[in-house]
Amino acid sequence: MAAGSRAPGPRFALPVLGLLLVGFAAPLLAVIGYSFMPERTFGLWQEPTLDNYASVFSGTSYISFLWSLALASATVTVLALVCYPIAYGLARVFGRWSPLITLLFTIPLFVSENVRLYGWVLFFIKGGVLLGTLKSVFGIEIESWLFTRGIILLGMVYVYLPFMLFPMTLGVAMVPHETSEAAADLGASRWQVFREVELPLSMPGIVIGFLLTFVLAVGAIVEAKVLGGQQIIPITHDIEIAFTYAQNWPLGAALAVLLMVVVGVLVIGVLRRFDLDAVLGRR
Amino acid sequence: MGAGARWRHPLVWAWAATVLVFMYVPALCLLLASLTSSRYFIFPITKWGVAWWEKTFDSLEIHALFRTSISVALCLTVVAVVIAFCGALAFARYQWRGRTLFQRLVLLPIFFPQSVLGLALLLWFSALGLDLSWRTAVFAHLVWIAPVVTLVIAIQVYSFDPALEEAAFDLGASRWQVFREVTLPVLFPGVFSGALFAFLLSWGNFPLSLFSTGADTTIPEYLYAKMVAGYTPGVPVLGTVSTVGAAVLLLVGYLLIRLGRRSRRDDAVERT
Repeated sequence: MAAGSRAPGPRFALPVLGLLLVGFAAPLLAVIGYSFMPERTFGLWQEPTLDNYASVFSGTSYISFLWSLALASATVTVLALVCYPIAYGLARVFGRWSPLITLLFTIPLFVSENVRLYGWVLFFIKGGVLLGTLKSVFGIEIESWLFTRGIILLGMVYVYLPFMLFPMTLGVAMVPHETSEAAADLGASRWQVFREVELPLSMPGIVIGFLLTFVLAVGAIVEAKVLGGQQIIPITHDIEIAFTYAQNWPLGAALAVLLMVVVGVLVIGVLRRFDLDAVLGRR
Repeated sequence: MGAGARWRHPLVWAWAATVLVFMYVPALCLLLASLTSSRYFIFPITKWGVAWWEKTFDSLEIHALFRTSISVALCLTVVAVVIAFCGALAFARYQWRGRTLFQRLVLLPIFFPQSVLGLALLLWFSALGLDLSWRTAVFAHLVWIAPVVTLVIAIQVYSFDPALEEAAFDLGASRWQVFREVTLPVLFPGVFSGALFAFLLSWGNFPLSLFSTGADTTIPEYLYAKMVAGYTPGVPVLGTVSTVGAAVLLLVGYLLIRLGRRSRRDDAVERT
């Protein structure tokens, strides 16, 4: 007990660390292991080979890869613009309404994203809520926008909005009121206050929001499927195909490893710069 | 600031309201689509009715789905909250060597594409020779949800004053008494919201369930299968049920936490 009470931190960390070891590190190692197995095998103990990586780089998967990265970048850009005013409002303007508004933004998070995206299908589909209303009320008939690239982006912006909004709000809340007021008193214009004071000081939260939405958007799969038809094939779709229809686990694993490398480098590179106590604890 | 704020603040309100409406358009569409008595959804609806609601709730298949989803979510909530409570103390309460590293490790599963995590777990389970069922799904959900709940509770722990515990120790309380009478009640709002998050995130999860449930099916998986092939208005019915269910749980939870906070404040006032 004496030794234990001197080090409660590590002891309390153990259950989570154990879970991460068995449920996160080990599965990722399994994926890496499978990516070196011969084509279309299901065991882990064959002679290792680099064939899967060779076929990834000689195939067309890089197109899907680029699409995923492009879509994720576009999603992050749109979300940054959409969310900043709301984050500012939640931290500064809405006052006692803020918790309730936060709650309203949280609720959709808990409904499975494919169900919510299906709601958009019903909205945009021919004879659906939007086109049906236009036709019966205004007599306008237009082509459905469903199964276009723009709709996929809309779906991604919609699904990942809370993941940008909440870290951003934490970031904006980190800017002390007095600092912006002091800058304004010293003659800074509104734009200068924003650019020189508020933006830099709220950067930690904003960057975490960027990172989180980018990573989740790169791994997105349902948006392109439910809303996009086959207009865009994201990398996750290629991975899933390799695992299911093609029954080629090693190839899917090699693709997954490449995606993991991109995500891992980004996440570890960005997170190591941050003092999480400052972002979460506001101390 | 005053003059600028006068026109800027209404704009911020208006923008937030617009985006909120945008967030609820799909839910509204689902509700509308569920209230038709014809087989296919054509808007404007000509034959309104709740026939599909009755049909959905009477279906034995749907009952089985509910049981699976609830089993997964309840088991997961219990385990996740226990693990995450310990994790949150290590995350935010104690100073120890390796804490910053621990904080970053906890975040890794959150900053990771869930579909890839689901596949990785599938490979791992198969390498171990495990049979997939709702139990493996609990584990799969746990890998992602326990870190989220750790963060939720940690935010509460940050505002916890360690002096409270020390005072109780000085007054002769045992370790268990301190935990039961001081630590847990003070951190309870965090634990409660953590539990709520855990349950709802598991309830709505699709990417992890898809690869980990085996022959068992949760509601999001069933809905996805029906959307891809075999649409019936039962899909929007279940979609509406899960949206409204999540909203009610969260609103009630939010009110309970506020009431709890107020009554504790009143207690404190009475005692002084």
